[in-house]
Amino acid sequence: MKTLIRGGHVIDPLTSRDGVYDILIEDSVIREISDTIKKTDGKTQVVNASGYIVAPGLIDVHCHLREPGFEYKETILTGTSAAVRGGFTTIVCMANTDPVNDSRSITEFIIDRARAEGKCKVLPCGAITRGLKGEELADVGEMFSAGIIAISDDGRSVRNAGLMRKALEYAKIFKLPVISHCEDDTLSGGCIHEGTASLLNGLEGIPAIAEEIMVERDIALARYVDAVIHITHISSGGSVRIIETARKHFRKVTSDTCPHYFSLTDEATLAFDTNAKVNPPLRSKRDVDAIKEGLRKGTIDIIATDHAPHEFTSKDVEFDLATFGISGFETALALSLSLVREGVLDMPQLLMKMTANPARLLGINSGTIAEGAPADIIIFDPDLEWTVDRNSFISKGKNTPFHGTTLQGKNLFTMVDGTIVFSELK
Amino acid sequence: MKKKVILDKKAVDRTITRITHEILEKNEGSNGLGLIGIRTRGVYLANRIQDKIKNVEGISLPFGALDITLYRDDISKLKWPEVKKTEISFDVNNMTVILVDDVLHTGRTIRAAIDAIMDLGRPKKIQLAVLVDRGERELPIHPDYAGIVCPVNENEEVLVRMSEIDGKEEVVIVKT
Amino acid sequence: MNWKRKDLLDIRDLSNEEILFILDTAESFKDISKREIKKVPTLRGKTVITLFYESSTRTRTSFEIAAKRLSADTINISSSTSSATKGESLKDTARNLESMRPDAIVIRHSMPGAPHMLAGILDSSIINGGDGSHEHPTQALLDLYTIREKKGRTDGLSIVIVGDIAHSRVARSNIFSLKSFGNDVICCGPPTMIPPYIETLGVRVEYDLQKAVRKADVIMMLRIQKERGGTKYIPSTKEYSTLYGLTKKHVAMAADDVIIMHPGPMNRGIEIMDDVADGPSSVILDQVENGVAVRMAILYLLIGGEA
Repeated sequence: MKTLIRGGHVIDPLTSRDGVYDILIEDSVIREISDTIKKTDGKTQVVNASGYIVAPGLIDVHCHLREPGFEYKETILTGTSAAVRGGFTTIVCMANTDPVNDSRSITEFIIDRARAEGKCKVLPCGAITRGLKGEELADVGEMFSAGIIAISDDGRSVRNAGLMRKALEYAKIFKLPVISHCEDDTLSGGCIHEGTASLLNGLEGIPAIAEEIMVERDIALARYVDAVIHITHISSGGSVRIIETARKHFRKVTSDTCPHYFSLTDEATLAFDTNAKVNPPLRSKRDVDAIKEGLRKGTIDIIATDHAPHEFTSKDVEFDLATFGISGFETALALSLSLVREGVLDMPQLLMKMTANPARLLGINSGTIAEGAPADIIIFDPDLEWTVDRNSFISKGKNTPFHGTTLQGKNLFTMVDGTIVFSELK
Repeated sequence: MKKKVILDKKAVDRTITRITHEILEKNEGSNGLGLIGIRTRGVYLANRIQDKIKNVEGISLPFGALDITLYRDDISKLKWPEVKKTEISFDVNNMTVILVDDVLHTGRTIRAAIDAIMDLGRPKKIQLAVLVDRGERELPIHPDYAGIVCPVNENEEVLVRMSEIDGKEEVVIVKT
Repeated sequence: MNWKRKDLLDIRDLSNEEILFILDTAESFKDISKREIKKVPTLRGKTVITLFYESSTRTRTSFEIAAKRLSADTINISSSTSSATKGESLKDTARNLESMRPDAIVIRHSMPGAPHMLAGILDSSIINGGDGSHEHPTQALLDLYTIREKKGRTDGLSIVIVGDIAHSRVARSNIFSLKSFGNDVICCGPPTMIPPYIETLGVRVEYDLQKAVRKADVIMMLRIQKERGGTKYIPSTKEYSTLYGLTKKHVAMAADDVIIMHPGPMNRGIEIMDDVADGPSSVILDQVENGVAVRMAILYLLIGGEA
């Protein structure tokens, strides 16, 4: 099967490619990239990408596919379908399923399911602790041989510092990154950021230090045992500062943030919109500015989605009772492109944070358009304006605070391992 | 707005004087009488009557101002009319209440006023004094004392103007 | 002015003009409670449901009396007797009630935003009878009415609010309205009970009660809310009482004509001493009386006219 992607503006941050090129794909691999490639036979399908940007498929290091156990919120099929619509060709799904992915059999289930029904590459993240209970280590080695790409107790922190230390050390055997959800739950009983919105709303707040204290702790532990640690979904300016300082002496700490943390502030919760209820919460303008600055300076290496789909009824209740989470796959690219429009990043820098940097963290061969690389490619229109309609989301999760907002930038074509899995190109 | 003056300032004053005397005649003096004016212009009329009775009899009759908004039968059709205070300084029990209003038309306002007064006590009698009787009753209500009888056409309205709020004193017919 | 609102959810949303309109309307209603026949037919045939997920005698009774004095029919639903104990969601409970076509629903709930949720989905007028720590608009309105009645004005006063400000909907609503009218508001309590960023609302914070009440025109005491975990922010009620209980000594430090307020019910001996609660400066009972008038005005304005 041969495909020729013709005339697109190819931007590949890893190889610093930025110009108009044709790309020839054969089977699952990129064969050739040149100024002009002539079609050699009638069996080659041609994709006209002129006027659009051609980039490596996006890699999401943090999402929730909910299967097994919560299929009413999302399945691997619907989740990956939403992901490829959003331009993601590889995604890492967290372990807080039911049963928790803390063993070989669940990891294998997810991988088999993804192979049969998934529209993109799914790399499971295994739990750090059994059942996510924070009491004892899960069978990391077993899960590794089944195919996990990282470990994380995401959904919560590992409260016990001694246990977290052991996890960081143990993961070194397998060179698995430890992805840490940083939250001191004795400080974080609330449901929105502790700030002016919580003051006005009377809702209990989650102070930024609940995140920052754990960021400090986890980096200190990782440094002490010289292990790789990745801090996920950072939301506060304080966290950015801590990571920036730490990286002066310890380079094995990386971090990601999510589009909602640089697009919305806690003001989005003033009208009690449960779609804006997320953990960590949306914070103040100062935090949003600090996150953008952290992206600009390179302190934050990766943009992830933390795609957290929920069924409608769990959000259609009193704010205190609503579930936490934003369905993010289908808005991530557009929201991230606003960073380019605002001058925070240029296009190659932005794409770097969504392709090559995640690939490097996970140690996978992806995230680049190069001859011989897997054909994971997207084509998008950075200028196309569209209005977010939650009812037209492919994800089962319609929980987005961006419903009705007009965004700019849309993914139009996704190819995974040479197969076209999504196309809205004319 | 085209208007036709039915009573000018002097004529209004004369009419109120006549009503005052009729009240005193019918009730054989001012004993046991109390005046209650219906807001807003009925209150000023009642004031005038009270002044005139003071001049004639030397007595200041007990006085009250009644807001009937809460008793209207058409309240659910109105867009939240402003409700003003009802201030009645005397006990209506066993009194002859002279209810005063500017224009008597369908009779519904008076019906509401009677209900309001009944909720305050049990008067011996209620008599009704109006400056203008416009006719077209929708309820069986009749005035004991009427200044003038003034029927109007379909597209017309009769208005009483009092100096306290309208700046002048007259009764006019205007086209609506 | 033309009253346009269907619901009363937040006092923060109301303009000063609207607030004064409610207070002026309440003036007309206060008399009715003093008459022999404490009733006018204004809301005859209207149905008012009180839906209380948190227990309350004062507010609920006040609304019930207000509705009845306007000749409306009232139904009281409290959480212990309602289907909530069977696990029915708030939304379903409200939807079920709505099919019985109430004109107004007064809701008290332990979670902020509950009345707003209902207002968005029901046609009935929704009145916030207190939502968690967020707002208690009718309380702030009756408090302002009382202040106006006793002080002759609503602005330029020095007002101290004492107690668990962070978890008090009464405090929040009052801060919004009193600041909007241009008063000097001081929040006094232990730091654990003062919410962060409160100064952004224009109030001053003072941890020392003696300093806070100096020359105050109004002292508003809040209740230690044992039922909402209020006691875990202080070591003990005894300690709280020693530091923040209002005594005659404090009253003497305030302005000569200071008025003492409390939304009730009082924890006598803890946040307020008997001789203050029952003393000459206390207007606590006036608040209760005014509460009925204010709530009558609110019901009248929301459901009295055209839907």
